[in-house]
Amino acid sequence: MFDALSTLLRGGFSHGVHPPDHKGATAALPIRRMPFPEEVVLPLSQHTGAPSRLLVSKGDRVERGDKIGEAQGYVSVPVHASASGTVADVQLWPHPNGSWSEAVRIAVDPHSAQIPRPRLVPRWDDLTPDQVRTAVQDAGVVGLGGAAFPTHVKLKAPEGTKIELLLVNGAECEPYLTSDHRVMVEHPERVHFGIRIMMQCLEVDRCVIGVEMNKPDAVERLNATIPSDLDVTVLPLRVKYPQGAEKMLIKAAMGREVPSGKLPAHAGTVVQNVGSIAAIAEIFETGYPLIERIVTVTGPGIRKPSNLVIPVGTKARDVLEFCGGLTDDAREVLFGGPMMGAPQPDLDAPVLKGTSGIVVLTDAEAKPRVTYPCISCGHCLDACPVFLNPTQLGKLAQAGRYQEMMDMHLADCMVCGSCSYVCPSNIPLSQMFALAKGAVRREQQRVREAQEAERKASEKAGAAA
Amino acid sequence: MNLESILGSVAILGGVGMTFGALIALANAKMRVEEDPRLDELSDLLPGANCGACGFAGCRAFAEAVIKGETPPATCTVMSAEEREDVADYLGVDAGAANRRVARLLCAGGSDVAWRKADYVGIESCAAAVAVAGGGKGCAWGCVGFADCAVSCDFDAIIMSPFDLPVVDVDKCTACNDCVEACPLDLFALYPVDQHLFVQCRNLLDGGAAEEVCSVACTGCRRCVQDAEPGLIEVRQGLAIIDYEKIQLENPKAVERCPTGAIVWIDGQQFPSLSEAARGALSGAPNQPRGAVA
Repeated sequence: MFDALSTLLRGGFSHGVHPPDHKGATAALPIRRMPFPEEVVLPLSQHTGAPSRLLVSKGDRVERGDKIGEAQGYVSVPVHASASGTVADVQLWPHPNGSWSEAVRIAVDPHSAQIPRPRLVPRWDDLTPDQVRTAVQDAGVVGLGGAAFPTHVKLKAPEGTKIELLLVNGAECEPYLTSDHRVMVEHPERVHFGIRIMMQCLEVDRCVIGVEMNKPDAVERLNATIPSDLDVTVLPLRVKYPQGAEKMLIKAAMGREVPSGKLPAHAGTVVQNVGSIAAIAEIFETGYPLIERIVTVTGPGIRKPSNLVIPVGTKARDVLEFCGGLTDDAREVLFGGPMMGAPQPDLDAPVLKGTSGIVVLTDAEAKPRVTYPCISCGHCLDACPVFLNPTQLGKLAQAGRYQEMMDMHLADCMVCGSCSYVCPSNIPLSQMFALAKGAVRREQQRVREAQEAERKASEKAGAAA
Repeated sequence: MNLESILGSVAILGGVGMTFGALIALANAKMRVEEDPRLDELSDLLPGANCGACGFAGCRAFAEAVIKGETPPATCTVMSAEEREDVADYLGVDAGAANRRVARLLCAGGSDVAWRKADYVGIESCAAAVAVAGGGKGCAWGCVGFADCAVSCDFDAIIMSPFDLPVVDVDKCTACNDCVEACPLDLFALYPVDQHLFVQCRNLLDGGAAEEVCSVACTGCRRCVQDAEPGLIEVRQGLAIIDYEKIQLENPKAVERCPTGAIVWIDGQQFPSLSEAARGALSGAPNQPRGAVA
């Protein structure tokens, strides 16, 4: 009661939407381990940043946990074999983002015990922050909430900022998904251990875990296991989408606003997904790199909804089969939730480090809707969590006036889908904005390349003269 | 109101008008820009499409360049041969060699030969479809068929075939580059019209994997490489690539042994049979994006 009241007083974040959460099917299901499939496929680009550099070739024997791709640069992480076996091939393979990218196919050895090679488990309390960051990067840890941004990059305050608070994201605001929920309920100690390591690395002494109120058991379990020497607060938040977006969570938990185009560090905090924190704890518990993750497989189109531990690189087809297969009216398979998830055209696409769930929708949810003209009702303005004007932006997008959209702060749009969700005319606003952002990005890239070429040409001319 | 004030105001306004009129006349005489009288007449002879295919900022800029002798009239690819001669006659110059280019589609994967692995439901444009998981086509490099190019074409030179593949009418295409920019998959490119050898495929998969998604895909089998003049064609990443610097070596023999028909010898019209079918299906209807696959 007191918690609820304090949150109400704090006010959470403004705008946003309230989609039905549909978490009931899996919220109470314990995490199960999925058996190893016959083959795992590991794309070399599973994270935001430079793809990993290939380290193996066809025919090589690899053990579970062996590095098969090396990080290229700072904003990059290595890729590890998620099962022991033989490299069947290195080839183009369907990537969950719809393209084909270079991937390592490993034929899983059915006789292997699937135990990683013995390795030294680093003692976290002896390590300097730099060494912790290196260990985290080496283990290939990325944000497990979906964006797959390399975690070690966020473990350092950017120049000129001071981190006062570690903010742990347990909001899990996407409908259907329950993987973070189950981690908090089943492994609260692991979460607290991860928090301890991160607090030391970031040199902060306060931590807040933001959890939406529809997960009372998670709040309770986390509260019951807080170590006595850590200043950790579990903050129940009013259920609202997109609470799990970094900037919304900071507004809800700290009452601060991250300036446009700036990082959470500029508001004095770092936000880490609760799943990533548990993954970091695991490195320092077992020494294993990130080779498996917890995935919620759910939706009305799947026969046996489950929370599963799945080796990274398992094909969606194998996962769906393990969960009893698709129902007859299944229509759309999404990686991630229904609001921001990526529809999958090819079920051979593998589960990646950033895949938090596989949601299967049926004809009833995914049926095409007729789009009507905008009636300027303004519902989208009340929904937009970053206070943009989707009505106006939508009209500009239809006219292809992308530059004017940028002047109206299109860059702040995170394509959360709230505007599309509330639109009574079913206008696909979110898709239009994603498209506009892509077009602007390509145009900027083109201009940059042209300038670069011009600079090179003039340099050459200068050298010749 | 008396007559005096009426006359007074007329006189004042008239005086102001006369003064400014004189100023304008003076400015006109002093600051006059001599314009070649041929410019207006020449502009009338040009098509007035302002398409930019000549490389100048519109027809008038092109006319200026032609009058100054900076470029021959043949640089305008929109004019017919006779119109070009008219321009050349008017100026008393040589029309120049027509270096005509046309847009060619580097994909032959219509819905009859390339399968879709998923249905796309959303904004009906190629750019939007490609942004959503690649548009749902089996081949991630191939034409998705929502006609962004046909919509962008100012000359109605692109019509969609019954298999959702754009067909460029070789007679109407002016090489204005609009379709090249409209295609999110970069499947259009401009080539001299007298160039014959093309690989109508951009798929980077090898062998069976390529054929699995499209029956006219290049499988990278290298037969064309062996049959062509050395150095003309090479296979990189499962795709035959023609070196257009050496295009004078081209020879129809290279296409004979292609197992899928990905490499073709084009004489004028690309997709000749599809073109006929597309014209039949169109029968005068304007270019419209086709509906989403339901």
